Amino acid sequence: MSDGELVGSYIVPVHPHTVLAADQNEGWGRLRDAFEEAAQRIKDSDADLLIIYSTTWPSIIGHQIIADPNPEWVMVDNDFHDLGSIPYSFNIDENFAHAWNQANENRGLKSRTVAYHGFPIDVGSVVALKLLNPDNAIPAVIVSSNVYANRAETTVLAKACMDVVKATGRKAVAVTAMSLSNRMFTKPIDPKDDKIHSLKDDEWNRKILEFLGEGRLEDVGQLSRTIHRQIRVNKVVAFKPMWWLSGMNQNRNNLTGEVLAYEAIHGAGGAVVHLDPAASGAGDKEYDEDDVEYFLGERNVLDAQGDETEMVSETVSAKPSNSNGPALWEPTESKDSVNSAAAPKPVGAYPHARRVGDLLYLSGVGPRQPGTNSIPGGPIHDADGKSLEYDIKAQTHAVVQNITRILEEAGGSIDDVLDVTSFLVDMDRDFKGYNEVWADTLGKVGPTRTTLAIRALPTPIAVEMKVIAKAPALE
Amino acid sequence: MGLFMSKGEIVAGCLAPHPPHLVYAENPEQNEPTAEGGWEQLRWGYERLRESLADVEYDAIVLLSPHWQTYIGTHFLGLPKFKSLSVDPVFPNLFRYHYDLDIDVDLARQIHDKAADAGLAVKMMENPDFRVDYGTITTGHMFNPQWDKPLVVLSSNRSRDYYSVEVMQEMMMELGRVTREAILDSGKKVVVIASNSLSHRHFTTESAIPEDMSKEHITSHAMHLWDMRMIEYFRTGQSQRILDEMPEFTEQAIAESDGGGLSWLLSTLDIPNYPGILHGYGTIIGTGNAIVEWPERNHKEGRE
Repeated sequence: MSDGELVGSYIVPVHPHTVLAADQNEGWGRLRDAFEEAAQRIKDSDADLLIIYSTTWPSIIGHQIIADPNPEWVMVDNDFHDLGSIPYSFNIDENFAHAWNQANENRGLKSRTVAYHGFPIDVGSVVALKLLNPDNAIPAVIVSSNVYANRAETTVLAKACMDVVKATGRKAVAVTAMSLSNRMFTKPIDPKDDKIHSLKDDEWNRKILEFLGEGRLEDVGQLSRTIHRQIRVNKVVAFKPMWWLSGMNQNRNNLTGEVLAYEAIHGAGGAVVHLDPAASGAGDKEYDEDDVEYFLGERNVLDAQGDETEMVSETVSAKPSNSNGPALWEPTESKDSVNSAAAPKPVGAYPHARRVGDLLYLSGVGPRQPGTNSIPGGPIHDADGKSLEYDIKAQTHAVVQNITRILEEAGGSIDDVLDVTSFLVDMDRDFKGYNEVWADTLGKVGPTRTTLAIRALPTPIAVEMKVIAKAPALE
Repeated sequence: MGLFMSKGEIVAGCLAPHPPHLVYAENPEQNEPTAEGGWEQLRWGYERLRESLADVEYDAIVLLSPHWQTYIGTHFLGLPKFKSLSVDPVFPNLFRYHYDLDIDVDLARQIHDKAADAGLAVKMMENPDFRVDYGTITTGHMFNPQWDKPLVVLSSNRSRDYYSVEVMQEMMMELGRVTREAILDSGKKVVVIASNSLSHRHFTTESAIPEDMSKEHITSHAMHLWDMRMIEYFRTGQSQRILDEMPEFTEQAIAESDGGGLSWLLSTLDIPNYPGILHGYGTIIGTGNAIVEWPERNHKEGRE
């Protein structure tokens, strides 16, 4: 399966008023109506997965993903506890959660799944799922918002998510639970007196909604920092959800947008917005930030030597970047070479691949990750040679991903693979897991295969593959 | 207040941080995960704090936790009992604690009412389904694992987020003033606790064994310098300097004093000019944490 896609995106407000007090204020009622309209549209889209990015679930250790198949509890808001309680029982797609978690790690992110009884699902996610998916018909997944995450990390989080959507053939809907302006009144108010906190906040909100109504999602993402400075109270997380949502939509600016409602909730700007992937004909971008495929940021602080504030550099020098093996090299450039910035650096003077006629010959591909040089599933031994536990399946998945990246760089895909020679350092231990991943990935493509046991590889990895593939036709 | 009621008293004020790692490392029966120890310097610090107060009689603990974050004023737990499971949304692997705590609702309401009279936005929290935040539970457990004293729990009003550290501090100073007044009027003996860390920059990774102390250290030298500067003020009774430097400290050390707890505590103690007792200092996932006691019971002279 490889035809998964995003069938829609929604922006929804976080506060509990739309669930508990929609009858107390006409604006809250209109937001509730818009939620119900969005729920109907999601149902009509035949979506089979809801993906929630919630600004009211902050995290510190990377991103967290709910993986409890049926979280149940009663949610009470920290501020609006007098409005009442919201019992919940949700239908979570734990398999997708685990796959997303792995995809995050493959792209250099720190990530973990959460499946504990009584884990407090945040108010934004509870409101979104209660109103967008009232009968739990569509399985959902919820991800946290990391307090330290920047645009790169948040964008890569989205790309990792879409890796899994595509790979699993899902028809997914992306939802950001968030406020626009988030400045609330700091004293209790009579519900009938609710309004946007200030004219300035209202004007910014309307400008954001004008952009979104025109489907200009990436423009809003580009303006996120400015918007945050202008109309956002500096709560735990910044105006990051637009980075994530734009990343989920390939940073497009030509979606078909519609604002279903815009109202105040205790002074904050709450909107229900639908972004359809159908092209609207707009799409011009005034400027563009760097596109980011892999997160290369501060994720090795625990192992840092010397100045722990030093960031991992995006440029990998000829020195070893960490303990995972020998020095790294820039890929060798030649007339026929194919080298990908999205693949791990070589450990010697050779290219990632070379084109000869209609064929591509790939250098041996391992599971190391570009930028971080980390090994999904863990290294097989430490710097002193002491054996470590590792996950052969995670390593094999990462090898296949690296092969895919190199072939895509050449203009092809994993479907072009013709012949594979696999090298395992522990045939007895690892063949079964390696073979299972093969069956789910390259096994479906159908190349010929030879598997060999060898004593060691240059880096502390358990599996490497040597690939010959069809070369895409030259233009 | 009854005509013959004796005057209330603050027997001690404490800075008592709440990272859930401390409870995790203690392995109490209420917490589901288990650990091989860790963060001993701070846990021993809590032991010294408990020992310091072991022979001191008091009726209630008044605690402000930065993890019950409210944006519409300061809230007070307003029911006599809360019993449930607290799961830390950030470190659920370490903290899933079954709590059962009593609230001194009368004292909570007395502070609430005085704060309202002073013009502060306040609200009693009377929803029985409400889950008490893990900051309150962690500090509550580490300070008094027997849970045999009723609590008054105040939320952290995020006025710093809305305005500035200066405005936050102004409001917290006023809240501290009325908290002190209410306690003295109540006739009760009370310990007041601010449950916050000092420098508050976390690591964003966690070692495979969370309690692996070979990985634990402050996130940067600058954070260490700020923590030591504050601790020196604590130890030498220079509370006014702490308040004076609060804006710089809070901004530059990304300090958890942004929740207002430390300012409120010092105000509740009437800005003590006697030395605080440093019971312990240590880092937790890179943040700086000090356990400090101001033994007001020993410094009554010249005060109310």
